[in-house]
Amino acid sequence: MFQFLLKRFGVLIPTFLGVTILTFVFVHLIPGDPVLIMAGERGLSPERHAELMAQLGLDKPLYQQYFNYLIGIFHGDLGVSFKSQIPVWEEFVPRFKATFELGMSAMVFAVFFGIPIGVLAAVKRGSIFDHTAISLSLTGYSMPIFWWGMMLVMLVSVHLNLTPVSGRVSDMLFLDDSNPLTGFMLIDTLFWGEEGDFIDAVQHLILPSIVLGTIPLAVIVRMTRSAMLEVLNEDYIRTARAKGVSRWRIIMVHALRNAMIPVVTIIGLQVGSMLAGAILTETVFSWPGIGRWLIDSLQRRDYPVVQSGVLIVATLIILVNLVIDMLYGIINPRIRHKK
Amino acid sequence: MALLEVKELAVQFGEFKAVDRISYQVEQGQVVGIVGESGSGKSVSSLAIMGLIDFPGKVTANALHFDGHDLKTISEKARRRIVGADVAMIFQDPMTSLNPCFTVGYQIMEAIKIHHGGSKKQRRERAIKLLNCVGIPDPANRLNVYPHQLSGGMSQRVMIAIAIACNPKLLIADEPTTALDVTIQGQIIELLLDLQKKDNMALVLITHDLALVAEAAHKIIVMYAGQIVEIGDAEVIFKSPLHPYTQALLNSLPEFTQDKQRLASLSGVVPGKYDRPHGCLLNPRCPYADKQCKTVEPILHARSENRQVKCHYPLSPEGNPSYE
Ligand SMILES: Nc1ncnc2c1ncn2[C@@H]1O[C@H](COP(=O)(O)OP(=O)(O)OP(=O)(O)O)[C@@H](O)[C@H]1O
Ligand SMILES: [Mg+2]
Repeated sequence: MFQFLLKRFGVLIPTFLGVTILTFVFVHLIPGDPVLIMAGERGLSPERHAELMAQLGLDKPLYQQYFNYLIGIFHGDLGVSFKSQIPVWEEFVPRFKATFELGMSAMVFAVFFGIPIGVLAAVKRGSIFDHTAISLSLTGYSMPIFWWGMMLVMLVSVHLNLTPVSGRVSDMLFLDDSNPLTGFMLIDTLFWGEEGDFIDAVQHLILPSIVLGTIPLAVIVRMTRSAMLEVLNEDYIRTARAKGVSRWRIIMVHALRNAMIPVVTIIGLQVGSMLAGAILTETVFSWPGIGRWLIDSLQRRDYPVVQSGVLIVATLIILVNLVIDMLYGIINPRIRHKK
Repeated sequence: MALLEVKELAVQFGEFKAVDRISYQVEQGQVVGIVGESGSGKSVSSLAIMGLIDFPGKVTANALHFDGHDLKTISEKARRRIVGADVAMIFQDPMTSLNPCFTVGYQIMEAIKIHHGGSKKQRRERAIKLLNCVGIPDPANRLNVYPHQLSGGMSQRVMIAIAIACNPKLLIADEPTTALDVTIQGQIIELLLDLQKKDNMALVLITHDLALVAEAAHKIIVMYAGQIVEIGDAEVIFKSPLHPYTQALLNSLPEFTQDKQRLASLSGVVPGKYDRPHGCLLNPRCPYADKQCKTVEPILHARSENRQVKCHYPLSPEGNPSYE
């Protein structure tokens, strides 16, 4: 297990470097001048322009800019936002918490419903339930997030008036800063909010979680179903039946444990694509997370924010995959014992 | 009364009769060998007895009695109390028959837990004893091992330990050595026979290798294309087979052809779904088949006590067909 981890961390460093190069190059390839954008309609004199470019370090050759950036990173300095003059890291953390809260709750939604539906569809193969599950998951998978979010808001929030339209909490909600706030609304409102604040936060979370969780849900349903079908045909299932193990136990213990191996992998892979989904979801629901933050910064050509933001996100995805790999080892003894 | 009584057992997959009206009995403590080529329905018939044939497979029988239970009408719950406890089964490929996600100990103790319960400590002790019994060295440590860490022979020993965990009255071994090295094969058969003698357990040994059951079995059942073609005591069958198919199986064994001239083994394969012939199912491959064999299906009939054959012209002791 230790060697396994060591190897994984070894891969981390080149990947990390690759990501810095890619984001740097891509950000600078996008046409547009951050100084001009900041100046806005009024424009500015060429002298003032050059002065500002020098101030931001944009007058140097690209390779030098890259190395300065890299050196900064290794000193733990991710840069300062052009716009707000706040260090990128400080801007990142609260927004990340918002995205994390949304992503976790979307994933919990997807796993909580996806695995039982997938198992049931496999066990009742060919039934109406199975067919419905398959076609719904196909629909869910191909649903454009933006449209799906809008439709849900119109139906549930506007028409039925069941949930709030946007944001993380109601405008009226007030949390006292003197408390050790975590930045996670569910936790903060639960411990330090007034009565009803927690419910308010949950209500705000429901629709975005469903929207963001729809694709992972569809993927998990299909993966669980096919993995279960495959596993249920294995010889060791026949052995368990020959031992007199009950049907329920065979499904929940003998089959599910084996079927979880590919499902966990798929869940890990979904984390990456969920970040893309988060950008759209956050836009629809005005969710103050990194998705919206990155889009806004990109439009302003706020190079440090985009570069470092993407870098942090990429690192997170790598770390998540590492955790998934470890989980995989826990579920699957064959991986664990491989030297 | 016999421990296991099977009457007119049939298993169908759609139109295809994988097992076609077979009847036989197994007495307590008896070793019965079921032989036949691949595809002759040996596994399917045993799985049917265990209640392991799934939809769309359809099992019918006139009688299916085990140890006083009517397996035909028994509830699913009552069947599970018997299966794995009083009647157990081991399979052809031990490497895939153990669950890769659970330790050997877990899988043995699960069987004990289901049928006998007891405390965790008792189950553990019993599992160690069982591993010892099937000849696995250092049993206490082996409990914590995962199946992929075992060789094929060791896996089959573990499978046997699971099967005998609840002291079954009948153990069905479905080609228990086919997937193993030749050197290991003998050891596993020996182990099975030891266990059989020790507890006076009945043992059904399924194989396509007649030599394997030659010495061990009391009774031999020869199957072909889902049907029983011959039943008889082991010594008698080996000395003078009545059915041309049995004769061909024997002739393919070097041990049995020393003093007789060696006949060419049967050409062709067991008929499958679409090529079932009329009359006797063996007729396209039988060197002695005549017109009657191609039109009329022979019935399995008794020739003497414990001796049945399904052939129009059973062979004489000299090995020639008895045309009238
Ligand atoms: N689930 C199933 N659906 C359809 N046909 C099946 C099924 N299981 C078995 N069969 C068919 O039933 C026939 C008998 O199979 P069976 O496994 O009993 O043969 P066998 O005598 O055990 O052969 P082997 O020596 O290869 O194990 C074969 O033709 C097989 O294709
Ligand atoms: Mg078989």
